[in-house]
Parts: sequence; C-alpha cells; structure tokens
Amino acid sequence: MIDYLHDWFWTYIWKPLPDIPFGDWMESFVRWARDAWAPLFEGTNTFLESLHTGLSDALLWLPSGLMVIIFAAIAYFAKGWRLAALVGVGMFVAAWTPYWEETMESLAMVLIATVIATVLAIPLGILAAENRTASAIARPILDFMQTLPQFVYLLPVVMLWGIGVTPGIIATIIFCMPPGVRLTELGIRQVDQEVVEAGQAFGASPAKILAGIKLPLALPTIAAGLNQVIMLALSMVVIAGMVGGGGLGGVIVSALGRVEIAKGFNAGLAVVVLAVFLDRVMQGLADRTPVARAARVRA
Amino acid sequence: MLLRLPPDNRKEAMSALAVDSLYKVFGKGARQAVAELESGVPRDQLTNQKVTAAVIDHNFEIASGEIFVVMGLSGSGKSTLIRMLNGLLEPTAGSIWIDGVELGGLSNKGIRELRRDKVSMVFQHFALLPHRTVLENVAFGLEIKKTPTAERTAKALETVEMVGLAGQEDKLPSQLSGGMRQRVGLARALAADTEILLMDEAFSALDPLIRQEMQDQLLDLQKTLNKTIVFITHDLNEAMKIGDRIAICDGRIVQLGTAEDILLHPADDYVAEFTADVDRSRVLTAEAVMEPCGNTDTSDFDTVESDTLVSELYEHVLSSEDPVLVVDDRADPLGVVTPRGIIKSLAPEPDDEADAAVEEPEHA
Repeated sequence: MIDYLHDWFWTYIWKPLPDIPFGDWMESFVRWARDAWAPLFEGTNTFLESLHTGLSDALLWLPSGLMVIIFAAIAYFAKGWRLAALVGVGMFVAAWTPYWEETMESLAMVLIATVIATVLAIPLGILAAENRTASAIARPILDFMQTLPQFVYLLPVVMLWGIGVTPGIIATIIFCMPPGVRLTELGIRQVDQEVVEAGQAFGASPAKILAGIKLPLALPTIAAGLNQVIMLALSMVVIAGMVGGGGLGGVIVSALGRVEIAKGFNAGLAVVVLAVFLDRVMQGLADRTPVARAARVRA
Repeated sequence: MLLRLPPDNRKEAMSALAVDSLYKVFGKGARQAVAELESGVPRDQLTNQKVTAAVIDHNFEIASGEIFVVMGLSGSGKSTLIRMLNGLLEPTAGSIWIDGVELGGLSNKGIRELRRDKVSMVFQHFALLPHRTVLENVAFGLEIKKTPTAERTAKALETVEMVGLAGQEDKLPSQLSGGMRQRVGLARALAADTEILLMDEAFSALDPLIRQEMQDQLLDLQKTLNKTIVFITHDLNEAMKIGDRIAICDGRIVQLGTAEDILLHPADDYVAEFTADVDRSRVLTAEAVMEPCGNTDTSDFDTVESDTLVSELYEHVLSSEDPVLVVDDRADPLGVVTPRGIIKSLAPEPDDEADAAVEEPEHA
C-alpha cells in the first residue's frame, strides 16, 4: 500500500513537475540587480570599505598595550572593577596572540555592522509596534532573515559586492538585525497601557508619548535586543572571513583549511575575548538606563 | 471660540459636563446594536451576540463643583464611560459636552488641548512614570502644557505639599507605598489645574484604611478646590461617602440620585442588592430618620442640625432620656429622633410590594 502511494506520487506529482525554480529566480534576480543597480553597490562598497579602514586604523593607532588599558577603562565605566579586571586580562591575552591587528579589524566590523543594524532596527521596531500591518509584514521576513543559514547570505552578497570587507558587513547587518527589530517591538508593546493612557489623558502628542513614555520604558528590552545584535554580529563576522572579510574570521578560515589547530585556537580565543567585552559592556550600559535603575531602587 | 450648542437643549452647554444619549458598543455591527438598544432591548438579548454593549443611553449633567460618582460592577461600562469623557474612546452614538464644547466636533489636536486645559485623570494603578521622581511625575501635565520650568517646579512643589507628600519630591515611585503613589497620581492631576477631574477607580487598589484616608483627603481638598469630579468605583460605601450624586450603572444607568435617595428608594433588585451592604448610619441624616414632633413640648430637648449623620447621633440620643430635636439652619424644629427611630432606619425596609413578591411562592 505504502509502495503504491509512493509510486503514485512519483508518477503523477513529482515526475511531471519541472525542477524547483526558486533558486534560479533568486539567481537571475541577483544577476539582474548587479547590473541594474551597479552604482548603488559601488557606492556602498566605497563607503563601507573606507569606514572600516578608518575605524580599524583608529583602533590600531595606539600600541596594543595602551589599547588594553583603554578597553579595561571602558569596562570599568560600564560596570565596575571586576569587569575591568576580566576585560584587562582577556584583552592582554588577545594582544599576546599574533592576531591583535585582526582582532581590531573584527571589532571594527562588528561596531560598524551593529551601528548600522541598530539605526535600521529601532525605527523598524517602532513602526512594527505602532502598526499591526507593518508587524504582520515584518514578522515572516525577520523569521526568514534569521533562520536562513548564514552561509547562504554570503553567495548573493558576494555576487553583488564582490569579495572583501563590504559583503561581510552587509551579510552581518542582515543576519544580526532581526533581534533588534523584534525586541524593540516587544519592548514598546509591553509598556503598561495605563501609563500610555496617562500620557494621552494629559494631552501629550503621539510623538511626545513615544519619546517620553514608550521609548524610556522599553529601553531595557531594547538594550537586551541590541546585546543580541552584537553577539550575532560577532558570530557572523567570523563567517565573513570566508568571503575575504579579513579579521579573525580570515585567520580561522585559513587555519581550518590547513588544519592548524594552534592558529585556530589562538584566533578563537581572541573572538571569545571580544564577545565577553562587548556583551558585558553592553549589559552594563543597559543596567544604567533610567528605568532599569529605578527598578532597582527600593524604599 | 465658537460654542456649538445642542439644538434642543441649551442648558447642556451650561453645566461643566453633560452627556446626551451616549452609547458605546464594541465590535462589528455596533451601529445596528445601538438601534436595537434604543428600542429597549436588554444588552444580553441583542441579535448580534458578538458585540459588547458597554454604555447604553447615558444622559446626565454634572454641575460645576459637583462630585459625581459612577458606580457599577466590572463589566458595567463605567471605565468605558470615563474614557469617553476625555476622548480616549470615541462614542458609538450620542454626544458629550464639556464646558459647552462638544467632543465629537473636535479634531485630534482640539481633543489634546481639551485634555491639557480642561480634563485631567487619576488612574487605578497610578500610571506613574517609574524613572521620574515624584516632582517630575507631578509636573508631567505642566510639561505637556509647556509651562516655563520655574513656574512648573513651583506649581508642582505646591501640589505635592497639598496632597501631603512634602519631603518626598525627589523619591522615585518605587520607593513609595501604594497610598503615597496614588497621592502622586492625584497631585499630577491637580497640578494640571483643570476644572474637571476624572478618577478611574482611583482608590480601589489601596488597602481599606489607606482608602478611607484618601477619601477623607479628597473631600478635604474638594472643600477648597471645588473641582468637578467624576469618580468611578465599584464600592457603594465609597460612592455614598464621597458622591454628591451617584449613578448606578449596568450598561444603562439603573438609578441616578443622592446617596440617601438610593438607600431609601432603590430602583430595583440590582440596586437593592448593593444597598444591603451599605453602612446606613454613615449615609442617612437626622432628617431622614426623624419622626414628627406632634404636640410634644420640645423646648428641653437637645438639638442637632438636620444634615447630621445618624452615626453622629448615637451619643446625643444615649445621653438623654428625651428624644433629640432636629432643627434646620434657622433653628426651627423639624422633628425628633428617638432610639427606636434610629434602629428602624438601620434595618433596610423592603417596600411592601417587594415583600409580597418574595412571600408569595412560599404560600403556594
């Protein structure tokens, strides 16, 4: 019986169907876009590349020893002594590896990608929170962006922008943006309706309610979203090494190719240090938002 | 400003707040449901069961300086009503007049201006901004009105003192008790300096003792401020304590009158059920429980004013053998209060028809 069904499906459904066309459609779209919008891709390429070079150069301008102290100081201001000590030791180890330059390049890439992703994600999140239709449209797109395997992004991005830093940054932006949008939307929707009503009842305009009530109250949630954005960006930056993004990703990819365990581990260690630094500093900043601070205060 | 007067009834424009055949029905097909409700169909017997009729045919006027209490159980439409009064919800039918201006004719901007200048609100769960200090919360309304900073702070400080929170200005709401938080909510509404104050179950989330304290404070403040207050509650004791007039709601307004009216003449069983739990001695006055003097010589009797509450009469009545004489404000005798009269007044006396209705099935 099962065999019969199997044959039936094969003969009447699968066999007559042509090959699945979605992949081809995507390919022809990408090829078409590359030619039709060439100036756009060239423009973004120059822009992102010079941004990345500038920021990497800035991070590498001071000697690594001094930068270790600066990173520890940032950690101190964001959270306190304990984190400063942790980051200091971690950054010292990263500087000890032969990959300090690559570490700073990766950091520059993460920073550029997260800033751009944040600038795009927060307004989108606000829009989705205020407008049901926008939310309904955004949801499946975000799911798609987040669940499509990271490597799959690289192909069209490389076709459009070529090999280099730019496709890495673009793929990173696409991959890390969804939690920023989602948690902004969630944060705003979770704001106590009565407090929003209070704003309305005293005659505040929608803009004032957004800026004075909804955003401050949603800020802890939004900050949690940004934390995730940074972590995803870091994980993507490593994969971007495969398309010539350079940085620690490049080191890891080449170590992978030649099965150089020592090289791969050292570079991996630097990635972990960056992750700890970015994650904890961001958390420290999230705890400093007025609402988060107020929540900790008790009589 | 151009005043839009209702065509048939000019006096609506005179009162602080007036509501004219107001309906609010939620759900699709609301308009049809209104037509049905207008013809007297009860709200649980509408053809379209998917709509919810919250407010049905409300008509009332609130005079300037009056405390008007809307009382009902949850689902009786009282929160919906109060949210229509400042335009947070739009009526399905009917009109609302504030200070002679009809809300329905206002633009969004006009509504916002009305809320800034004429109507402020106190919320059940306080609705304070957690990251702002007491003073900043109180100044919220003024901030939206774009009052200059110095004036804003002065006014907010004054209001904070008025509600008895002096010294707490720089605390955050999370550092205050529930009662104190609601004082901040009250101060925020008072600082906005509007003529009308909407209070949505303002004291319902508070402990009983704190609640009484807040009620007393509100009555106290009202003596000097003379605001027009619409107060929502589900507690008839509270309603009777603070309300000049009370509207008992169950979709429709079941009864509208003074506390004494409602206690002595409940309109139907729904109202009677509520009044059974009320502490009558705190609502009824000497005038309501007195008996005629007849030809008795009253010259030796103790006297009390006619509006003295029964709960304040006990001592007078106990301290003398004679009944107590009730006098009006010109000291003319109106009647006498006897211990018997007081006791009789405290037991709810169902009127005869209701009695008969209850007894009949037992005989059968």
